[in-house]
Amino acid sequence: MSNNAESLLRTALYGCHVAAGARLVPFAGYEMPVQYQGVIAEVKAVRSGVGMFDVSHMGRISIQGGGAASFMDSLVTFSVKTLATGRARYGFILTDTGGVLDDVILYHTQHEDGSDLLRLVCNAANRAAVVAWMERHVPAFRGVSFVDNTDETVLVAVQGPRALAVIDELCIGDPKPSALRPFGADEFAFSLGDGAIAAGFVGRTGYTGEDGVEIAMDADYGPRLWDALAAAGVTPCGLGARDVLRLEAGLRLHGSDMDVTTTPLEAGLSRFVNMDKELFHGRDALELQEDDGLNRLLVGLRLLGGGVPRHGCAILNNGESIGEITSGTYSPILDTGIAMGYVPHDFSAPGNQVHIDLRGRLVEAEITEMPFYRRPKS
Amino acid sequence: MAEHPSELRYTTEHEWVRVEDDGTATVGVTFFAQDQLGDVVYIVLPSVGDTVQKDSKMGEIESVKSVSDLFVPVSGEITEVNQDVIDNPERVNEDPHGAGWMVRIRMSDESELDRLLTGEQYDEAVAI
Repeated sequence: MSNNAESLLRTALYGCHVAAGARLVPFAGYEMPVQYQGVIAEVKAVRSGVGMFDVSHMGRISIQGGGAASFMDSLVTFSVKTLATGRARYGFILTDTGGVLDDVILYHTQHEDGSDLLRLVCNAANRAAVVAWMERHVPAFRGVSFVDNTDETVLVAVQGPRALAVIDELCIGDPKPSALRPFGADEFAFSLGDGAIAAGFVGRTGYTGEDGVEIAMDADYGPRLWDALAAAGVTPCGLGARDVLRLEAGLRLHGSDMDVTTTPLEAGLSRFVNMDKELFHGRDALELQEDDGLNRLLVGLRLLGGGVPRHGCAILNNGESIGEITSGTYSPILDTGIAMGYVPHDFSAPGNQVHIDLRGRLVEAEITEMPFYRRPKS
Repeated sequence: MAEHPSELRYTTEHEWVRVEDDGTATVGVTFFAQDQLGDVVYIVLPSVGDTVQKDSKMGEIESVKSVSDLFVPVSGEITEVNQDVIDNPERVNEDPHGAGWMVRIRMSDESELDRLLTGEQYDEAVAI
């Protein structure tokens, strides 16, 4: 096993997790909190109040230089050239065969001198592959450079209906983070107690289906930020709750619901692919797939009986296997098992009934629209 | 430790057994087991009248993050199933040795009890 604790990395917030009594597990090479008080209590805190997640293990790469936007435009499925300063977009880095190398968020911001800075956030498990892909393609863009500064900062996701109010409280000066629109981003100053003031780069983004922000801050100030948020009543939440929340919100997990063998079209995420762009890696393969039609599609599944669907469970139609669950969980808000999985495209219509093989027990399920949960409009 | 009361008997598969005044054995999963599982969300149990053999699988217990088999700690016939814990699996977390009980068994061989662990032995086995 590679789960040897000694070989695992720790984020700058490790001490906070231990102090809070978190249960730590190996995740993408890091020792990360899977839960504090319990998954369901943490899920409920985020849905009804505010919770925070240490996501410092996620990769953070800064790209700069005159051609930075052109460089990233060639690598991602969304338009970077039309990405305004202070805005972020979600999409994919694809292989040349259209497979999802990673799903990413790219923020367009500026250095203090006013020059452009792009900040890429990628999955922890894919950081090395993303960096290698960028290294391979950057030479064609003169004057562009990038640096992996993951370890220099912490990244804390603060999520829930109360998230912006809590963040505004810690923020000094005007405007406050609540002035950001969804997928807006900017730098703010935060008062972290004992006179400590630190700058944080705040994006109104997240992975829970709730309103909220993700804050990047100098790693030295990370524990103070975490403690200040805890003191403000924010519930620490682990990877267990994060997985339930993202599944309820219909958000795909790279490595489970999509990977280099699946395209964004198959994953049901074509809305994050801008085919009006003339050139990006993987585009030709997607165009071909669009012409040929999809063989399979990722769908949402809602269990009609008891149990929890999990990665690898077979999806059956009339006793025949037609696909596999890619991820599943128990949904506290729906009080039933929910899952994502690939089925033949011509069987993917919502309302279709299937069985899921839960370790030999066949349980009825229905193909449903995603997200499973949509937050009430405020 | 107080988490695993001395009046109960235990299996290495993390079930506990309490012998009631009427001689039946009440069965559940241990404090340690529910703590390891986390929030329990689904339980599959045998039916009243089923004959069950020691160490065979009698059901499943699922938490948000994992699923485990439940094993029969003592052979016999199922005389009662806790419908409340099926309807409210969180009972297992709230009160594993009380309201979180799962089945009652009319034992066919009480000598099997001697092969179960004491609270002290179980604590050692799970090293808490």
